[in-house]
Amino acid sequence: MLSIKNLKASIEDTEILKGLDLEVKPGEIHAIMGPNGSGKSTLASVLAGREDYEVTEGDVKFNGKDLLDLEPNERAGEGLFLAFQYPVEIPGVSNMNFLKQAINSIREYKGEDAIAAKEFLKKVKEKQDLVGLSGRLANRSVNEGFSGGEKKRNEIFQMAMLDPKLAILDETDSGLDIDALKTVADGVNQLRRKDNAFIVITHYQRLLDYIVPDVVHVLSEGKIVKSGPKELALELEEKGYDWLKEDEGVNA
Amino acid sequence: MAYTETELAEELENSKYKYGFTSKFDTDRVEKGLNEDIIRQISSKKNEPEWLLEFRLEAYRNWRKMKEPKWAHVKYEKPKFDEITYFAAPQPKKKLDSLDEVDPELKEMYDKLGISIEEQKKLAGVAMDVVVDSVSVQTTFKDKLEEKGIIFCSFSEAVQNYPDLVKKYMGKVVPPNDNFYAALNSAVFTDGSFCYIPKGVKCPMELSTYFRINEAGTGQFERTLIVAEDNSYVSYLEGCTAPMRDENQLHAAVVEIIAMDDAEVKYSTVQNWYPGDKDGKGGVYNFVTKRGLCDGRNSKISWTQVETGSAVTWKYPSCILKGDNSEGEFYSVAVTNNYQNADTGTKMIHLGKNTRSLIISKGISAGFSENSYRGLVQINKNAKNARNFSQCDSLLIGDKCGAHTFPYIETKNNSSKVEHEATTSKIGEDQIFYCQQRGMDEEQAVSLIVNGYVKEVLNKLPMEFAVEAKKLLEITLEGSVG
Ligand SMILES: Nc1ncnc2c1ncn2[C@@H]1O[C@H](COP(=O)(O)OP(=O)(O)O)[C@@H](O)[C@H]1O
Ligand SMILES: [Mg+2]
Repeated sequence: MLSIKNLKASIEDTEILKGLDLEVKPGEIHAIMGPNGSGKSTLASVLAGREDYEVTEGDVKFNGKDLLDLEPNERAGEGLFLAFQYPVEIPGVSNMNFLKQAINSIREYKGEDAIAAKEFLKKVKEKQDLVGLSGRLANRSVNEGFSGGEKKRNEIFQMAMLDPKLAILDETDSGLDIDALKTVADGVNQLRRKDNAFIVITHYQRLLDYIVPDVVHVLSEGKIVKSGPKELALELEEKGYDWLKEDEGVNA
Repeated sequence: MAYTETELAEELENSKYKYGFTSKFDTDRVEKGLNEDIIRQISSKKNEPEWLLEFRLEAYRNWRKMKEPKWAHVKYEKPKFDEITYFAAPQPKKKLDSLDEVDPELKEMYDKLGISIEEQKKLAGVAMDVVVDSVSVQTTFKDKLEEKGIIFCSFSEAVQNYPDLVKKYMGKVVPPNDNFYAALNSAVFTDGSFCYIPKGVKCPMELSTYFRINEAGTGQFERTLIVAEDNSYVSYLEGCTAPMRDENQLHAAVVEIIAMDDAEVKYSTVQNWYPGDKDGKGGVYNFVTKRGLCDGRNSKISWTQVETGSAVTWKYPSCILKGDNSEGEFYSVAVTNNYQNADTGTKMIHLGKNTRSLIISKGISAGFSENSYRGLVQINKNAKNARNFSQCDSLLIGDKCGAHTFPYIETKNNSSKVEHEATTSKIGEDQIFYCQQRGMDEEQAVSLIVNGYVKEVLNKLPMEFAVEAKKLLEITLEGSVG
């Protein structure tokens, strides 16, 4: 589904991603962990197509297409979704209006007709329940005045509405209490299917108690320095990241 | 009413502004220039009563003594008043034989707005008797209005049929010597609209100047007079249900509103005149004097405007809150792109006790444009317990445009309260990227964000007008990012 080869990216002439490789297959959940500043959000932004980053080398294939050749909205149309670490507020734009526009833009990209009002409302109701946001979105503007937890849940809600092929969750767990964390994890688990995949970026092992990954990767200084089964997360929790740096030469 | 536009303009003269653009007037006219004879001709051709001729002549004599104001934040080539044709129906549109001859750029815009082919023909001046057509439009609801005693007709008709009413109220709110352009208008105005709502009558439908728009070329010096008697209500719409590319370079209108005891008038405008091309050539200069007088107790006048057009806009719909407990409102969206200039705002003059005013202004600047909000809130000595709240927001798209906010506040008593809030923000790349990540292209993203930003004002417009305004915003801002 996603195949990243030797990806290098920089911002303002500082190289952040320094030759990153990653393979994600349908049905899989990958966790990416790593210290602050290691480039996790950068990876997510580059995949989503943020302009600020310059890709200097490498190749990214997404379902057979050259991802890096596509505009951000085209990537979304192809089924890539990013749950933002810091969701943006858009004053005056209602959540419903925003979502409807999003759904219809993606439908248009795929050559489909706009969604019928009835179908849309039905879907909203169903997915709202999934993330425990029922009745709390209708009359509010996108993320405006939302608590941290509500913003994160709203990201998952949008994900559920758009039903992407590949969803990248950038620290969706940070700042959440345990109940909210469970809600978010539940949402992901219910959406999980054989034909879609998730990349879960996180700082803490605890999310992985609820979303069980197939693979855990450690990102350090712009490269994946170690990959392993879910137990790797526990090991990281215990030992921190420093031991990996010393290891780096051996692994490479 | 102790102040005039001229006085204010003089006060505002000293701001710096470094910006120029050129525009030439088409001089290919039959009759040019302005003198007393021309005014006499206009008046006699229109079969006007003596007092109206006197009104015009006095205005003209005043105008000759006045100096054209220098606008603080607006620069343009001054109109050459001797080269304008005042009398001949201003520049008759070239008759075209089919739509194929219409400027393709214009045609594209019509198509985007979803205007029917028939309507397109009218607008583009394809052979068709628009005047006859517009008269019939008007008469369809005339009967209904007459039943209620509402008068709604062209200004010329009003002069013939209701001379006493016209004489009584005309120039009461905007005196003929008020400012340079109002004086010019008073001398040479060609036509306009007249609206009279009798005591206790709530006008059952939105009144719109639709019929007037189709009359090619009368828009240059138009005059509107709205009188709402005690306890009456009217919602009045001015402007286009379609883009009007006015060929006249100078547009100097006067709008007067009078609200008596407990009366309410809502006046909504969507203005989308030709803004000039991408390089700032051509376009309409829109110098308009709009003023409402809350003459009676508990009266209310509310201005809502969406301004997307004109090369230069200079316009301050104002309220004079004379009656005790009277209320004035101003909701505005002003969008500028390319090389447009807008200097708009409002004036709220509080004279009576417990008078209230509310100002919500949303400016959007893109391209190389300059967008200024200029507002005056004046609370006079007798306006005990007067209240004003102003919210002036500016949104910038790109980094070559400008937004300016000039609030002028004068308070002459200490029982009143004036609050002013202002924000300037750049349309966020973060916001655009967020929308793009959800599948929208850049233009959809900008239009969504902008619509959110102006929602508070658009909500004040009647439904069809709001839809229209949204489309106009989209068209105006097309290609303004990226
Ligand atoms: N605009 C920027 N200019 C320069 N460096 C930046 C910019 N944004 C992020 N960085 C740097 O890129 C590195 C990776 O950041 P990020 O991808 O956000 O890390 P993570 O998400 O893993 O915490 C950090 O060292 C950060 O300081
Ligand atoms: Mg991060």
